[in-house]
Amino acid sequence: MKRIYLDHAATTPVDPTVVETMLPFFTENFGNPSSVYTEGRTVKKSLEVARLQIAKAINADPREIYFTGSGSEADNWAIKGIAMKNQAKGKHIITTTIEHHAVLHTCEYLEKQGFEVTYLPVDEFGLISLDDLKNAIRKDTILVTIMFANNEIGTIEPIKEIGEIVKEKGIIFHTDAVQALGNVPVDVKDLNVDLLSISGHKIYGPKGIGALFIRKGVPIDNLIHGGAQERKKRAGTENTAEIMAFGKAAELASENLEKNAAHMKELRDLLIKGVMENIPQVRLNGHPEKRLPGNANFCFDYIEGESILLSLDIIGIAGSSGSACTSGSLDPSHVLLAIGLPAGVAHGSLRLTIGNHTTVEDINYVVENLIQIIDRLRKMSPINAECPIDDAVFEKASHHH
Amino acid sequence: MEYTDVVMENFTCPKHVGEIEGANGIGQVGSPACGDIMKIFLKINDDGVIEDASFKTFGCGAAVASSSMATDMIIGKTIEEAGKFKNSDVVDALGGLPAEKIHCSVLAAEAIQAAIEDYQKKKA
Ligand SMILES: Cc1ncc(COP(=O)(O)O)c(C=O)c1O
Ligand code: FES
Repeated sequence: MKRIYLDHAATTPVDPTVVETMLPFFTENFGNPSSVYTEGRTVKKSLEVARLQIAKAINADPREIYFTGSGSEADNWAIKGIAMKNQAKGKHIITTTIEHHAVLHTCEYLEKQGFEVTYLPVDEFGLISLDDLKNAIRKDTILVTIMFANNEIGTIEPIKEIGEIVKEKGIIFHTDAVQALGNVPVDVKDLNVDLLSISGHKIYGPKGIGALFIRKGVPIDNLIHGGAQERKKRAGTENTAEIMAFGKAAELASENLEKNAAHMKELRDLLIKGVMENIPQVRLNGHPEKRLPGNANFCFDYIEGESILLSLDIIGIAGSSGSACTSGSLDPSHVLLAIGLPAGVAHGSLRLTIGNHTTVEDINYVVENLIQIIDRLRKMSPINAECPIDDAVFEKASHHH
Repeated sequence: MEYTDVVMENFTCPKHVGEIEGANGIGQVGSPACGDIMKIFLKINDDGVIEDASFKTFGCGAAVASSSMATDMIIGKTIEEAGKFKNSDVVDALGGLPAEKIHCSVLAAEAIQAAIEDYQKKKA
């Protein structure tokens, strides 16, 4: 059966050109970039090509790009590294309630270490308020970390405006741009960011490679200690093949940004229109305009997300959900709760994220089948308009944690 | 997480979905773990035998499969026999459930007990 992959926010297939770029670095060009002889030196040179490709993709200087083992590591490094280095100045950090766990759990860890963290709320669309941000800034605030674009609901935060406010106060600003790269323009000069995290596998590169942009002069401690790699800032023999792949993927992503974004947006709007017009009792999560070009996130009343995902999977469609039942921890998505959805509504969430290779036919197939799936599951559900959900059940559920 | 073929069968083609007319025992329970809801309908005859059973479920694949399997298993049983019905009976019949999905089968067992209690209360 043909598979229709609509979970590009989770990961993307590696582009064949990217694979081609990467392969020689496992075999012919296997050298250690730290070695002084030819095998080492040639690879070292190649790494600088990749670094330049990444730098160009975000309008940075190549000397501001540091490769990491993942987007999560870049987030950890940015936050812990700034906190450790600057704690004499203050121990207050500002973030949001809708960050990726790589940021949220890092902040929670720092709270245990004596730091104070303000989690800015978001409105029903997932946007933070600039006034809230201004009010949250204190004398001892050392870091503001706010994601560029949300991985679940696709909302794009006003990063440039945030950057201006934070810069004016002389505070360091980090943004997790893992979901933004390849989808919207990312320009560190224009945005006033000091640190920015990106990841390879969301832009048709391999998994397990990321990078942190660190603006020249930003005081930060190391996270990974050891050898002198990455100009003594990130130890560990370089993941040469994947760095080369990431560089190529970033180059392709920025070269084709406009074309890809327009394609995704067209299909996303087709999907949203198809679902909203053909399925009753549905809501679109996230912002109507300020959203990633490939992101569609819905809540269907009266049904549960995992059963939607299973039904889609059977007919060849891959998607994801923020339902408690799919989370492993049995907690509903923190993002859906943060935009004010009751747990019972968050239960029926479905995220479909479009990619560069998604087609109109794919979207039509999804909409047609989704109509039937939702109808079937609703007929099976004990709750409906006359028999609404007993919120007591969910109260009980949240107390359980 | 991996579901067995029996779970998937019972999810894609569940048996006994919907409400039965003339049900004289109805039980609804919510899961304190994830917030899901299951409703069981029983038609019990004068000899105390469950003639028919059906369900409505707002929940995950395991919850739907558990409801389907559980209702199928208790049809034909006396309420005494059904009173001894445990969630492990459903799990075994489904060929196992992932650890984090065991509570979904508990929901089925509890909904059946609630439906039997409802019947007994109405009768008394
Ligand atoms: C917003 C965001 N931040 C961070 C990450 C983590 O990236 P990685 O999977 O490379 O660790 C992801 C992806 O899972 C993400 O969507
Ligand atoms: S019913 Fe929610 S996890 Fe199964």
